[in-house]
Amino acid sequence: MLRLESVGHVLGMSRIIDGIDLEIAPGESVCLVGPSGCGKTTLLRLAAGLMPPGEGRVLDDFHRSTMVFQEGRLLPWRKLLDNIALGLKALGVPRGERLSRARVLAEELGLGERLDHFPHELSGGMQQRVALARALAVDADLLLLDEPFSALDVGMRSEAQALLIDLLSRRGIAALLVTHDLTEALRLGHRVVVLSPSPARIVHEERISRPFAERDTAFLYEAAAALLRHPAVARSFLFHQDEEAVAS
Amino acid sequence: MKGSLPSRGVATLLGWGGSLTGILLFVALWEWGSLAYGSFLLPGPRDALAALAGLWQAGEATGAIWATTWRAMLGFALAGLAGTALGLLAGMSRTLGRALEPVSTVLLGIPPIAWIVLAILWFGSGSMAAVYTVMATTLPVTFAGAQMGALTLDRRLQEMAEVFRLPPLMRFMDITLPHIVSYVFPALVTALGVAWKVAVMAELFATEDGIGAGLAMVRVNLDTAAAMAWIVLVVALLLAAEHGLLRPLQRRMEPWRQAGRGGH
Repeated sequence: MLRLESVGHVLGMSRIIDGIDLEIAPGESVCLVGPSGCGKTTLLRLAAGLMPPGEGRVLDDFHRSTMVFQEGRLLPWRKLLDNIALGLKALGVPRGERLSRARVLAEELGLGERLDHFPHELSGGMQQRVALARALAVDADLLLLDEPFSALDVGMRSEAQALLIDLLSRRGIAALLVTHDLTEALRLGHRVVVLSPSPARIVHEERISRPFAERDTAFLYEAAAALLRHPAVARSFLFHQDEEAVAS
Repeated sequence: MKGSLPSRGVATLLGWGGSLTGILLFVALWEWGSLAYGSFLLPGPRDALAALAGLWQAGEATGAIWATTWRAMLGFALAGLAGTALGLLAGMSRTLGRALEPVSTVLLGIPPIAWIVLAILWFGSGSMAAVYTVMATTLPVTFAGAQMGALTLDRRLQEMAEVFRLPPLMRFMDITLPHIVSYVFPALVTALGVAWKVAVMAELFATEDGIGAGLAMVRVNLDTAAAMAWIVLVVALLLAAEHGLLRPLQRRMEPWRQAGRGGH
């Protein structure tokens, strides 16, 4: 379980995160959604333990957590298989074994034909799948994903989302996914947590009980519309700019 | 995907053909110039080749090549080692970078010919002066390459390395080093070209043997054809070092830099 207890963070003169309480149970997928620049990425870095929170506590008793970044962050000088196996290499897994484990994962993610290609020879969607495979390779039971699909075009994004749902549910991995896209959050989460504009505060939480397989486009739009009817959510998304205009 | 062998062969041939066309065009212009201005001012390519063959048979060419090569290479190697080491330090420490950067700029601004004069004054005529001049002129080039490499390290990759808990040695070998090499290598290629030219120039003033000394002798004898022969020799050496040594080495060390294998 990952637990954030009244976590807050101040960077320089400005407060970025304000009193966030959040729990992620094993196997649970939680989507953090909020407007751009609301401190979602900082929150994720705190959850990953990349930096200590200024206030509050982060408790992580997952066996292993890894991160998938907005851009693939692959090593340009390593071939696809070596990139997937990077985390295993860090664990000291011998070369033969880590490459064969990487190969199995690559096949599973549909990368089987590009094993000896360098990242620059792959499309954006494939690079992101390699990043996902690299995160899965170390047998993580918690994935932290920072807008992992926002750089992909529409068709590929939908494909990648389907792949992620499939991987998460088959392996029983918990996920904390950050996005600014409400429909993406509704498609990928057991729970959707809406954050306010900066400083980030939880303004709404919604449990989505419908199974992933039955979340079709119509459902996503209806659920998004329903969410936006909550005044707090609407303030985060719809009227944000108007308020700014009035304030200035 | 990988192009088929025949089609890649054709592409290579076309590439070679293109380069060959350029070279032949240049030789034709040279020939035409020689006809227009007379063979004393501008001896034609055939005169130059004949002079080259003469030098070769007299045994002058091999000795000169050897003398120039080791001076250029020694200076280049010293500058490569010292410049890369200093550049890395300057890139990693901001203070040291601020201190060394102006020094590098000043060194870069001093013309090679001034270095030769100083070197002859300090070390007397001889190989030492030539090697020193090569080193002094190529050092700023390698320094700048290594410094840029160390300055442009990708913090996002470092963060990724932290997430995947890469141990320090692996972080250096898998992330830092390949990045720095990708900056140092082009700088070394540039430095090698400079090293060769400067070595020849230094020899013109400071030594009794080598290609530069040969050129000095030719000047005294007013033998333009032999001058052309020496020039052809220098260019051939430079091309051999770059395409025979450095480029293949770079291809081996940095296969990821080559453009994609055709389309996707």
